[in-house]
Amino acid sequence: MFSDYSMSELGAIFAMQGFAGLILFSVFVLMALGLAIIFGQMGVINMAHGEFMILGAYVTYFVSNFFSAFLPGLFPAYFFVAMILAFFASGALGLLVEWSIIRHLYKRPLDTLLATWGLSLILQQFYRSVFGAREVGVTIPNWMMGSMPVTDLIEVPINGIFVMILAVSISLCVYVMMFRSRWGKQVRAINQNRVMAGAVGINTEWTDRLTFGIGCGVAGVAGSAFTMIGSTGPTSGQLYIVDTFLVVVFGGAGSILGTIASAFSISQAQSIMEFFLSGSMAKVLTLLVVVGILMIRPQGLFSLKLRK
Amino acid sequence: MSDTPSSKPPKGFSRRAMMATSAAFGAALFAPKNLLAQSYPTAEVNTTGLAVTDDTVTVGILHSITGTMAISETGSVQAEKLAIKQINDMGGVLGRKIEVIQEDGASDWPTFAEKARKLLVNDKVASVMGCWTSASRKAVLPVFEQHNGFLYYPTFYEGLEQSPNVIYTGQEATQQIIAGLDWVKETKGANTFYLLGSDYIWPRTSNKIARKHIEDFLGGKVVGEEYYPLGHTQFNSVINKIRLRKPDVIYAIVVGGSNVAFYKQLKAAGIDMTAEDPVLLTISVTEDEILGIGGENMEGAYACMKYFQSLDNPNNAAFVKAFKEMWGEDIVIGDVTQAAYLGPWLWKAAVEAAGSFDVDKVREAQIGIELDTAPEGYVKVHENHHLWSKTRVGLAKPDGQYEVVFETAELVEPDPFPEGYQ
Amino acid sequence: MTISKTSLFTRQELIGFIVLAVVIFVLLPLALDNFRLNLFGKYLTYAFVAIGLVLCWGAGGILSLGQGVFFGLGGYCMAMFLKLEASTPENTSIQSTPGIPDFMDWNQLTELPSWWVPFYSLTFSLVAVVIVPVIFAFIIGVAMFRRRVGGVYFAIITQAFAAILTILIIGQQGYTGGVNGITDLRTLKGWDIRTDEAKEVLYYVNGVLLFVVLVIAQFVRKSKLGRILIAMRDQEDRVRFSGYDVAGFKIFIFCLGAAFAGIGGAMFTLQVGFMSPTLVGIVPSIEMVIFCAVGGRLSILGAVYGALLVNWAKTTFSESFPELWLFGLGGLFIAVVMLFPNGLAGVWSEKIMPRIAGLMEGRKPTAKPLVAPSPKEKEAA
Repeated sequence: MFSDYSMSELGAIFAMQGFAGLILFSVFVLMALGLAIIFGQMGVINMAHGEFMILGAYVTYFVSNFFSAFLPGLFPAYFFVAMILAFFASGALGLLVEWSIIRHLYKRPLDTLLATWGLSLILQQFYRSVFGAREVGVTIPNWMMGSMPVTDLIEVPINGIFVMILAVSISLCVYVMMFRSRWGKQVRAINQNRVMAGAVGINTEWTDRLTFGIGCGVAGVAGSAFTMIGSTGPTSGQLYIVDTFLVVVFGGAGSILGTIASAFSISQAQSIMEFFLSGSMAKVLTLLVVVGILMIRPQGLFSLKLRK
Repeated sequence: MSDTPSSKPPKGFSRRAMMATSAAFGAALFAPKNLLAQSYPTAEVNTTGLAVTDDTVTVGILHSITGTMAISETGSVQAEKLAIKQINDMGGVLGRKIEVIQEDGASDWPTFAEKARKLLVNDKVASVMGCWTSASRKAVLPVFEQHNGFLYYPTFYEGLEQSPNVIYTGQEATQQIIAGLDWVKETKGANTFYLLGSDYIWPRTSNKIARKHIEDFLGGKVVGEEYYPLGHTQFNSVINKIRLRKPDVIYAIVVGGSNVAFYKQLKAAGIDMTAEDPVLLTISVTEDEILGIGGENMEGAYACMKYFQSLDNPNNAAFVKAFKEMWGEDIVIGDVTQAAYLGPWLWKAAVEAAGSFDVDKVREAQIGIELDTAPEGYVKVHENHHLWSKTRVGLAKPDGQYEVVFETAELVEPDPFPEGYQ
Repeated sequence: MTISKTSLFTRQELIGFIVLAVVIFVLLPLALDNFRLNLFGKYLTYAFVAIGLVLCWGAGGILSLGQGVFFGLGGYCMAMFLKLEASTPENTSIQSTPGIPDFMDWNQLTELPSWWVPFYSLTFSLVAVVIVPVIFAFIIGVAMFRRRVGGVYFAIITQAFAAILTILIIGQQGYTGGVNGITDLRTLKGWDIRTDEAKEVLYYVNGVLLFVVLVIAQFVRKSKLGRILIAMRDQEDRVRFSGYDVAGFKIFIFCLGAAFAGIGGAMFTLQVGFMSPTLVGIVPSIEMVIFCAVGGRLSILGAVYGALLVNWAKTTFSESFPELWLFGLGGLFIAVVMLFPNGLAGVWSEKIMPRIAGLMEGRKPTAKPLVAPSPKEKEAA
């Protein structure tokens, strides 16, 4: 299949394909990070993760409309405002959900799964009733939609670079918060021994709530970023949920580093196979490989002690 | 470009139907024909126990209004309700007001089958306007055949089907594909094609027909053919492959949420569709989908449909106006929405031609029914239960509308089992 | 029934079984027209899955979010047989290759794939309905339980299986019918399953099978195995240290649940007339868990009522308030989890039964207990 092309063309294509793999990796990281925080640190399975993402996307939609109506001069920069607002909107909803539902269920982790599933149905219908059943088109500032020629042959999409930068910075933020901040120390302490953590004066209730809120907030930012590359509709969240869970499970529950490693390996595998095979087959093969490995190593790539 | 129905005069038995349907747009002022009901006693027009009374007749609407398909099916529901309202405003069918029972298929095929059974067995509806995906149609088909119901199915689809209990108001695959490919070959000099689709029956069958036509009739070459799972959101790899193969035309049949992802990523990857290198030709993006994709991301693409909202003819002007009055100024109307709008009108015409609501009589009368008030222009029911209709090519503009750049001179004959394309 | 009643059923449980039998075989057929009865038949197929879940989840503590896989596999095995019977060369003469299922012809297959051939045999297909899900469950079970994967983690991996199988089925449409599923099934050994009479007969067959499954489940619960399962659920390590093969018991119960689900799937195919990937994926799998949770995860009879009630609510809700039913359904999930963790059965045995008993004080209780006793009572028994 390559015989008709010159070496420089091939080199360019492989470079771009490598870049496509990195974009996919960043997308996976963004999707999975929020879930990994909540699942890994609290043992809560948030089935409404996709809906928290879509809330962020809808916030972006509103901010973009607001800017184009009232602040057209600042429109090119609205995306940053939208992401921050998306974080707070999804985070606030997360706090509310933790307070009203999740905190009653910490002793029954399997039940959180059912309750958040119910929540996801409610949120979907809520979006549908409020924003309509049709998808909404989020207008992306022009500077983010183009591509950047690196050489004559290589062009990299700017939104891809944007997603990559975002993924790296959010991962760094999470890392810093988790391992360098007071809150992170508390979260890890609670994760190791809730009773003792409480006994030394950590407000476990509030820490839990904050963890859940931050996890949801990160999901909101991801949803906001995904308006660049995907659709925004009441059920769009469902498009991401399977990949997200696979990435987290494959990485090993409880390990944020594992999540990143697993996002990397799945995205590279998928992107390479997509290039040599047809798209559908690539997806199935990737999934089969993931499951095959999970069969041999069900605890995932990086396993920490599992909370029972 | 206007498509006035000068082509054929209505045939004898459908003349009354013709007059009635014309009145919908020309003069909704006509007094309701109350007399009609008395001249058609219920016992005569309804011998099979359908839900017909002296002044009402019940039909069903069966679409997904929840779940993933609600995005697409909402427009069809709106169109059907508009048509039914207009028919009622002008006196109904055989003097009877249409009452609607709406059921939600919930994007779930067993639910579709269940609701279809409910509509036919419990509610005894005289006909059903509904379904959108092929999967839902396949699920309800045995139900309609068993209980002798009558379904008006609005979506363009893969063909390979011809049920006595279904009228297909959308295009089957060849009607949508062949004229478009001829056009792109002639005007753009296209020789190489990259076929791309979501992974299910409609894109696969459509691409099969497209490939046959390209290779056997146009002397062109297919340089790639690929399918991605429904709901797939990452298209960078395939975009790279398209760059590598440098086709003249990207022939895209991506659907649903994937659509948005594909066109946004295509644009971000620096493939400028307005430059037409390559030309993008799609059969799956209507004005409805552009709403989600964003007009600025779709600009310069060509779509092959039978109807565009921008069609310039008096029928369409009246239709668009009425649609917006009922459902809001911001609404857009796509190909399937228009096809859904035809359903109630075709049924009304057939019932009035038959002088009966009985499904068997309606089915017989339906063949050859003409509608020169259709927003798409003039349509006629073929004996294979599909519609004769024109194929048009539209160029996407940044405001989310298509500009019609080509239409076939004649109506294209529907051919659900195309010889030489299997 | 050869097992003596005293060992298998308490008096209360026996009354519960009889009441359910009356409901399924007498009340529902009398009260409902053919259409609604067929609907309830469809709901009852989910009850098979819910009973399996009571054993796995309620008794064994293993929550599987992939029961749709087994339901689907059973259903597909049945559908393959029916499809082959419907695809006679005469019926399919319009195709380029007559005699193969229509979707294969659309996907340019020119002969029947070899793994379809055994499904010409009804016996093979019926065995496959049970065995294929069990084999899958066994492989998953061995891989997971031998490595002591459990709890939340197991739930998510089984969910991944549901996702993968769906994508596989949709992607391999030449062999599986793809997203449309296997449709237009007509006859079973020449007997037209689409007629009203056939649907009625199938309803009763379904009911009888359900009772067979219920009795097996009851037997498992009452046996030593059932007690070990509960012990494992509550203190897995202690059971292991007592010398029991914990993984083996878990694998067994998981396979049993899969077999039940497979039977349910096959009955679904027969009654609804087709099988499609929408019955396999993540959403139906979770819904099946919800049926079980609503009915009461500890009660096999509760699971049956749960499946009936939730589905009935779904149907009626979506008929009368199509735009709002997701709110109702979602709210129901949350309410059940938060307020009634033991579901209907819990409400009955904890709230209603004591009150009735109070009212009837001094008299022999004549109320009909719909459900099995709560764990507390079980310990006493």
